[in-house]
Amino acid sequence: MSFLRRFLLRLSNFATRRSADRRLREEMAEHLALQTEENLRSGLAPAEARRLARLKLGSTEAIREDHRAEQSLPLLEHLAQDLRFAARLLRRSPGFSLIVIAVMALGVGATAAIYSVINATLLHPLPYPRPGELVEVEASLPGVGARNVGVSIPELRDLQNSGIFQNVALSFAGPSILTGGSQPVRIASKSVTPSYFAVLGVGAQLGRTFDPRDPTPGFNLEIVISDGLWKRAFGADPRILGKQVRLDNDLFRIVGVMPPGFRDVGQTAGERGTEEWSACGFFGAPAPPPMRGTRLPFEAIARLQPGVSPQAAQGHLDALVASLRQQYPADYPPAAAWTLHLASMAETLVGNARSSLLLLFGAVALVLLISCVNAANLLLARASARGREIAVRQALGAARLRLVRQLLSESLLLFVLGGIAGFAVLFGARRILLQFVPPDLPRLTDPAISWGVLAFALAVSVAAGTIFGLAPAWLASRLDLTEALRQEGRGSLGSRRRARLRHALVIGELALSLTLLVAAGLLLRSFWALYQVQLGFTPTRVAIVKSSLPNPNDPQTDRYRTATQEGVLLRAVLARIRTIPGVEEAAVSDEAAIPLGHAPSERRMIPLVLESQQSRSRQPPLIATLIVSPEYFHLLGMPLQRGRLFVDQDLEPTPPVAVINQAAAATYWPHQDPLGKRVHLLGRLGRQQPGWTTIVGIIANARTESLADAGMPQMYLDIYQRPFKFLAFYLRGKVDPAAIADQARAQIQTVDPQLPVSPAEALNDVLSASLSVRRFSLELVAIFAAIALLLAALGIYGTISFLVGEQSREIAIRLALGASRGTILGMVLRQGLTLAGAGAAAGLAGGLVVAHLMASLLFGVSPHDPATFAGVTLVLASAALAASYVPALRAMRTDPMAILRAE
Amino acid sequence: MTAAMTEKSDVRQGTLALMVLKTLELLGPQHGWGIARRIEQISGDLLAVNQGTLYPLLLKLEHEGVIASQWGISDNNRRARFYRLTAAGRKQLRAETSDWQQTAAIIARFFRVKAEDLP
Repeated sequence: MSFLRRFLLRLSNFATRRSADRRLREEMAEHLALQTEENLRSGLAPAEARRLARLKLGSTEAIREDHRAEQSLPLLEHLAQDLRFAARLLRRSPGFSLIVIAVMALGVGATAAIYSVINATLLHPLPYPRPGELVEVEASLPGVGARNVGVSIPELRDLQNSGIFQNVALSFAGPSILTGGSQPVRIASKSVTPSYFAVLGVGAQLGRTFDPRDPTPGFNLEIVISDGLWKRAFGADPRILGKQVRLDNDLFRIVGVMPPGFRDVGQTAGERGTEEWSACGFFGAPAPPPMRGTRLPFEAIARLQPGVSPQAAQGHLDALVASLRQQYPADYPPAAAWTLHLASMAETLVGNARSSLLLLFGAVALVLLISCVNAANLLLARASARGREIAVRQALGAARLRLVRQLLSESLLLFVLGGIAGFAVLFGARRILLQFVPPDLPRLTDPAISWGVLAFALAVSVAAGTIFGLAPAWLASRLDLTEALRQEGRGSLGSRRRARLRHALVIGELALSLTLLVAAGLLLRSFWALYQVQLGFTPTRVAIVKSSLPNPNDPQTDRYRTATQEGVLLRAVLARIRTIPGVEEAAVSDEAAIPLGHAPSERRMIPLVLESQQSRSRQPPLIATLIVSPEYFHLLGMPLQRGRLFVDQDLEPTPPVAVINQAAAATYWPHQDPLGKRVHLLGRLGRQQPGWTTIVGIIANARTESLADAGMPQMYLDIYQRPFKFLAFYLRGKVDPAAIADQARAQIQTVDPQLPVSPAEALNDVLSASLSVRRFSLELVAIFAAIALLLAALGIYGTISFLVGEQSREIAIRLALGASRGTILGMVLRQGLTLAGAGAAAGLAGGLVVAHLMASLLFGVSPHDPATFAGVTLVLASAALAASYVPALRAMRTDPMAILRAE
Repeated sequence: MTAAMTEKSDVRQGTLALMVLKTLELLGPQHGWGIARRIEQISGDLLAVNQGTLYPLLLKLEHEGVIASQWGISDNNRRARFYRLTAAGRKQLRAETSDWQQTAAIIARFFRVKAEDLP
């Protein structure tokens, strides 16, 4: 206790700078007076009495120092003193200070920016309570190579009763049409089991969410809406609860409004922006009867019981699967090997963006490292220039540790100021910077420049300042005194050691920046390769307008229930939009057929049963299915290879036909002719389509699913035989997407005023948006590489300038002895190139390692592509040469007489 | 100059602190010189030189709360800083006195024992 009291008192004395020195001096004077008096009484002469009294008291300076140390906290006191001194020094050389601060601001600012992105994605992906408990349940049939086949309602009940989870929920995302406003609008919707919000653990800001124990079999006609929709469509009406709205022609009642920051989980930006949730039991109309074998192709998410680890839960789940397979052998044939896998929701959400994000973090860490090295190098150069001052201080008795502490506090002050400056710039530019983060980057919260980021920036600066300030401080304080004082540091042992360290630092900088250049070069090559791929379709001069048909809960009220009914509408709309000026061709397809317009999770995968392999117990493979109108292929320029395309005679009553791509032909009918072969297709919600579908044509492979993958099996169905609700209209010709939207809307709504029409997009833009995450990482890595190159060039410039300065006498003598100026130029440039060569060698080795780590992010370029490696080495060498050229010129122009006379 | 250089060995610091407390208990409030002289009289050369080291110690004891100080007037009518024992100081002195006596007794017994006394 008394120790604590003493510490707190000293701390407060330190903080308030209260000094007891005056009191002590008074006390000591009094002490001396009393002692002198006593000495006089014992008969000493006055002078002698005073002398003995002083002798007895001891050194007043030492006592004052001890007293002062006791009064306050010496460690803090020295630190404050050092910092004050450092601040004075920095003010005295503002140019140098500004450069170091700017270099560090660049490094720390960039790192903090990427940290804020990583923080919102990798570190805190789920803005829900206790996110560790949230999992996705994935059912797979590894025996037949089918993943994510969905769960059936009896399986859902088994999961709910297993005791492993607090709640389990199913959800199905798709747009719905909200009517009642001035225009019908398409909003991102989700049908969810009533347990959905209980799984996420989020409540409504107004009203309530769904009752997880709601037993309604089908839709219970209750909806929850997002804060955004509430404000946009209902003017933030506080009496919204209980209001009836018409969605897809059905009346729903609003029971709750979600809080402003709430974002839904989902693989795509569209799904994360869901604005309306409707509760559905999924086991009564319109859903199929709850049979064990009827798997609903929906997302299943769950919240684990508190305290149950995912591993333990997976163990329980495996046991449940084993017992179910034993109990229902007909539904779970052993050959299909039905399994349930729990995946952490945080991980599935971030998904394959993880490697891009880690690459960015790695790149920015290299930039930070380079700026630190650069700053250390500058500090070292300065320490050399201050050699005499340091020597003088040492000669006057400053301890080495004290000197190191002084120099270290200087570098710390510079680094922290740099960190604060970097953060300030980041904070000021946050709005602009956030726009560059692509919406496809999986996240549920926006990166925020928050206190956490500031703390991160400060921690990074302090750590960097300590690590990179220590070596220069240590070396600077290690001086041979007499040498230093006599020669001002030139040629002494310490300066040679410093020179070696400086060279090592510059080589390190060059190596690190070359590593980054390799990464940027490879990404650029991949990006270029992606742009250069043969698409297999023509994206130019095509605009796309999305619409959708109402999907009422009771199929009997659906005006467009059958293919014939929908066909009449589609033909009428197509005929009308063909009349828009500039439009040469028009086609329609389901939304999932927009080339590159959807995430992998939005592909429609349909089980495919081949006639030749038909056997009831076998689980069929899944094939990407696209529903299109006959004009689709010609409009997108997808050539037919064999057979025929769809024709106007393919209608609902005629036998269903399909067109496949070459990849599907090679996968499912190897060494056979697929034309005329028949397949069974299972429909949505597991409903069997009647009859057989005949393959009538084969088209060339096109990269409509993924730019990076040409060989994905695809099957096209005719929209006039197989109707679909979510539609995309294609307009080819001289069309301006901005202008065409209103015309298309007018034409479509003349046919049916209830149809919502989205703004038009150019297919080229869709294509370019599909590359947004890739472009984001490419641009950032390229910027980082450019910064790194600049810093490395600065480093080499500084070092060569310094060398030239040190060698000025040598150069002058050489010139005086008749060396040509060209020789001097060559000599200096050679020094720069030697450094660059050593840096390049180390950097190429680092580049190889990095290239291997990022192999999964590359496309169409080998991780050790010789052209890239050679190219970036050339770039680095030219930068090094250019940076050495300026000091070399200066060396060349040396006036030997002026220098030699000055000596 | 640094903290490490000012700290005396623990035993001596502790002993000096105990002497200060005991002096103040015996004589009541005293100024620095009074305490120093008293300790010198009793302990001989412990404070014959460097009497000044007493002042940092007094400040430390004051920080710990075992003594308190205030300005007063000395016998010969001069302004002087007087130190006195606080209640906490009295308590600590009692505890340390018995500690010290115990330790001293043990050490004394230890030194009395001769080799032939051991079994």
